[in-house]
Amino acid sequence: MSDPILQLRAISKSFGAVHVLYDVDFEARVGEVTALVGDNGAGKSTLVKCIGGTYTIDSGQYLFDGKPVAVHSPREASELGIEIVYQDLALCDNLDIVQNMFLGRENHKGVLLDEISMEKAAAGALESLSVRTVKSVRQRVSSLSGGQRQTVAIAKSVLWQSRVVLLDEPTAALGVAQTAQVLDLVRRLADQGIAVVLISHNMTDVLQVADKIAILYLGRMAAIVDRKDVNQQQLVELITTGTSTSVDLTQSSSSAATAGTV
Amino acid sequence: MTTSREGTSGVSTPLPPDDDGADSPVHSGVAATAPIEGGLMDYFNNYRQRVRSGEMGSLPAIAGLIVLVIVFWLAHSTFGSLANFSDLLKQASPTVFIAMGLVFVLLLGEIDLAAGTAGGVCATLMARVSVGYGWSWPFAIGIALIAGLVIGFGTGTLCAKVRIPSFVVTLALFLAFQGVTLFIVLNGKGSHGNISINDSFITNLYNGQMAPWLGWLMVVVLVIGYAAIKAEQVISRTRAGLTAEPMALVGVKVVGLIIIAGISVWLLNKNRGGKGGGQLVNINGKLTFVTPPALQGVPWVVLITLFFLVLWTFVLTKTRYGRHVYAVGGNAEAARRAGIRVDRIRISVFVISSFMAAVGGILLASNTHSVDANIGGGNVLLLAVGAAVIGGTSLFGGRGRPLDAIIGGLVVAVIANGMADLVQGNNRDSIQYIVTGAVLLLAAAVDALSRRRAGASGLV
Repeated sequence: MSDPILQLRAISKSFGAVHVLYDVDFEARVGEVTALVGDNGAGKSTLVKCIGGTYTIDSGQYLFDGKPVAVHSPREASELGIEIVYQDLALCDNLDIVQNMFLGRENHKGVLLDEISMEKAAAGALESLSVRTVKSVRQRVSSLSGGQRQTVAIAKSVLWQSRVVLLDEPTAALGVAQTAQVLDLVRRLADQGIAVVLISHNMTDVLQVADKIAILYLGRMAAIVDRKDVNQQQLVELITTGTSTSVDLTQSSSSAATAGTV
Repeated sequence: MTTSREGTSGVSTPLPPDDDGADSPVHSGVAATAPIEGGLMDYFNNYRQRVRSGEMGSLPAIAGLIVLVIVFWLAHSTFGSLANFSDLLKQASPTVFIAMGLVFVLLLGEIDLAAGTAGGVCATLMARVSVGYGWSWPFAIGIALIAGLVIGFGTGTLCAKVRIPSFVVTLALFLAFQGVTLFIVLNGKGSHGNISINDSFITNLYNGQMAPWLGWLMVVVLVIGYAAIKAEQVISRTRAGLTAEPMALVGVKVVGLIIIAGISVWLLNKNRGGKGGGQLVNINGKLTFVTPPALQGVPWVVLITLFFLVLWTFVLTKTRYGRHVYAVGGNAEAARRAGIRVDRIRISVFVISSFMAAVGGILLASNTHSVDANIGGGNVLLLAVGAAVIGGTSLFGGRGRPLDAIIGGLVVAVIANGMADLVQGNNRDSIQYIVTGAVLLLAAAVDALSRRRAGASGLV
């Protein structure tokens, strides 16, 4: 198994008197889908924002590619190759797919936009993910369905050769067929050599697509387990109580602990 | 799902039609913004689809323009005279310039209510330094334009940095600028109250016409330039293996441009002065037969309008800056996350708006050969906002083109011009105000409804 590309050791974060994250360990590996689950208020969003640079961690270590880094802004995170696909997608409805995928990073020749190279690269990125649901890359985003929008947002990270992609509830607003498509896409993203972190409430999705599952409980990392070691009931138990009688956590939490000491 | 007819794809390798039938409402009509596959008919169908789904653009304005022209012409034969045609273009010009600047502000979903009076300040400044201090026209016009830039920067900073809503900032400035104009009119060297401009360059901006050959040269440059740009696009896209507009469509557009520009210039190059004759005039005690000088040629304002149309269209569609303006207007949060400096974009659109307002103000002054305390006040601003919105620019941000300002400006000018002839007597102005206001409301309603319709069909 490869070394984790993204590794957090004993991360703490508090807002004034409110302590949100206590000594959280987390890691994401290339080619794997790591699901991050937890009840409302468990600290999922805070952890994601710490990784993405929106929040700065109070204490603990942030390692990228084995080297300690300091991430103070979203820009620094994206320079490392960490991309967050937010739930509300952050697409401009009045622009087309190509324009959205290159937003803020347009190719240009002098003052002129280089539309041709952008259109080719955008189509290439969608093709590499075997996306077949989009008819034209010059379609306006406003005419896309929820699943197609999610696809565009995710394909953007392929285009920019991100190394870690965090997906915030990518299937929350989708129907059954589109959810299946997006999960399929998540898998292919990992197969392309990207470390994917999937934040989700949906146990079915998580169990279907994840390799590892990290469970946050009241600001602490309750467990990081292999997908094959848990079933849905055990997962729900872990999320709601932070522990489980039927899962052998000694093995999995020791793997989390060793990951922390390597 | 009737995807069979519009099996359109803009990707080099055709992708099979959409198969996620789950909950996407629009499938058959893809509102493609750039070349799609297929021939002329496919383009026509694609366009029709866009119109149906609420994306009407300038279509209502163009239809309205045609109807208005026919109605006024039938009601009043002089409406269609050559002289009136030229007058219409001139009368529209100050509104068009201010509206072009407003398009940028409206693209962000903001408003600049001070554009009219800002233009007034700039024009008054120009008149004061030209008349009172004897500055030559390049400096007088230059300082007016610089004043426009400075005003816009101030307005934009108040909106973007201090975060006062643009409506409030510009409403306050609308009042304040009237005071500034009054101050400049009443103080400094030269005449006070009403400053007459005698610099012939400045007065000719509005009132002068090009030599006929220059008009034709303008058409030739315009057509060749347009055709060359379009052809280059088609060729380079085809070479890159991307779908390009069919040459037939480019041909139709170029021929359309030739016809419209050609007929316009041909009409404007005809003598629209006195009816043929000439008259006997007493010169030094001798009766002499004098033919009036021919009044012909394309008004200079047409060239200025085209210049700014090309400039701003280029900026909005071909540069990163323009792309970012649309992005901020479409979703400011998404633009911010994409690393676009939203504040700078916001300030810049007010700079452009006030700059174009200065151009409009200069034309207003040029028209009357003078400035007074009322310049740029009254309904100047509302007509310009009306022009932009009537032309198809959305009040909600994200949608609009510089061309909208011209189309809408012509509609506004046609109404003003036609109503002035149609309704005589005491109620002339009152009726004109009411009609213009009603048209503006109509345009805003079309804008809001098309937005709702687009929302209903999943396009928002």
